[in-house]
Amino acid sequence: MPQTLEPLLRGHKFFAGLDPDHLAVITGCASNVVFPAGVFLFREGTPADAFFLIREGRLALEIAAPNRGPLVLQTLDAGDVAGFSWLIEPHRWEFDGRAVERVHAIQMDGACLRGKCDSDPRLGYELMRRFAGLATNRLQATRLQLLDVYGHARDR
Amino acid sequence: MRATADTALAADRAPWAGLASWDVAVATQESADVATLTLTPPEPFSFEPGQFNMLHLAGIGEVPISISGDPADTGSIVHTIRDVGPVTKALCALRPGQRVGVRGPYGTSWPVGAAEGGDLLIVAGGIGLPPLRPALYQALSSRDLFGRMTLLYGARTPADLLYTDELQAWRGRFDLDVQVTVDAADEDWRGNVGVVPGLVSRAQFDPARTTAFVVGPEIMIRFTVRALLTAGVPDDRVFMSMERNMQCAVALCGHCQLGPYLVCRDGPVFTHRALARWLGIREV
Repeated sequence: MPQTLEPLLRGHKFFAGLDPDHLAVITGCASNVVFPAGVFLFREGTPADAFFLIREGRLALEIAAPNRGPLVLQTLDAGDVAGFSWLIEPHRWEFDGRAVERVHAIQMDGACLRGKCDSDPRLGYELMRRFAGLATNRLQATRLQLLDVYGHARDR
Repeated sequence: MRATADTALAADRAPWAGLASWDVAVATQESADVATLTLTPPEPFSFEPGQFNMLHLAGIGEVPISISGDPADTGSIVHTIRDVGPVTKALCALRPGQRVGVRGPYGTSWPVGAAEGGDLLIVAGGIGLPPLRPALYQALSSRDLFGRMTLLYGARTPADLLYTDELQAWRGRFDLDVQVTVDAADEDWRGNVGVVPGLVSRAQFDPARTTAFVVGPEIMIRFTVRALLTAGVPDDRVFMSMERNMQCAVALCGHCQLGPYLVCRDGPVFTHRALARWLGIREV
């Protein structure tokens, strides 16, 4: 019996509880990838045709700033998901994604998944629901960062 | 016995009378606006993790500062102070050999013993690490009595991290999981970038058997507590230390009132269960 990536997908928390039939369908869009430290998984402005389920290692989402060098907005570790631009038009990466240390991940082909979501709206809804949760969590975290809660009003 | 009670009562009513003066033995600059003072008390000084002292500079003022050293060391009392105003600026500028008025210790403490037998999760944001460090020292001194032990610590930038040498040493231990995150960093930083509550979902702990201690800015506490409760930690096992406007430290002035509590007397350490109702009221 040929080995597939289905057990790895099932074991990733992003897909926890996903219908086994759906899991089987999306496994066809998955590939196992490894990126050495320092390599960019994606670059701002380039076509976003994938997302990544991180299994090991650390990925930095960063943006290049003139005269300041890259600024890291967030890091993602094992269990995290990198990328929702594949789902949202115009399907271009909004940030750079750099492997801070060796990253083991499952790469999901976005075009492949979009096609499967179009033909199976239940799968599409399930994925959209999970990505909406992910986007909401990221938005909340970003709001907290913007609040600069460690700053202090002058006091005593 | 009667004389002791009268003396205690008198001290409560006039806490500044007979203020002790302690020597600064060591002054360490932790970051651009944070300094640590190691003070030598005139006689052995005992305190519980989480308690605070009032530090007094004649002619300038007095502020409550958490004790951040090892409770087992009664001969060196450590305070880590952030320069946020005239008094704290003057305290941060003190040098070895200078003296500071001290009264205390005051307030409630971290229930380190109550956490024994389960997992201990310590969550600190910014200047919230100093009041938690004594609890960590005490727990590490009897490490075998606990399950998993985790420190989650967040700061604004890598340059704002406190106790960096000690953090490095703690990270080297196999029996303590230390996760550090910052809100912003450049590419040289190899650690986490993100907010502290985000670390809670990644930490390994058994929620039903976990005791959590949380200190930081109140907004950070609120989001961290939410993440802990979502993970399943019981609300009477989530403890937090509140920072309010403490002036007298002996429940005389009422400046630090929080609902039915005076933080200087009933806190600063509270359970989330005790405070939840009051934290939700904007006017409190």
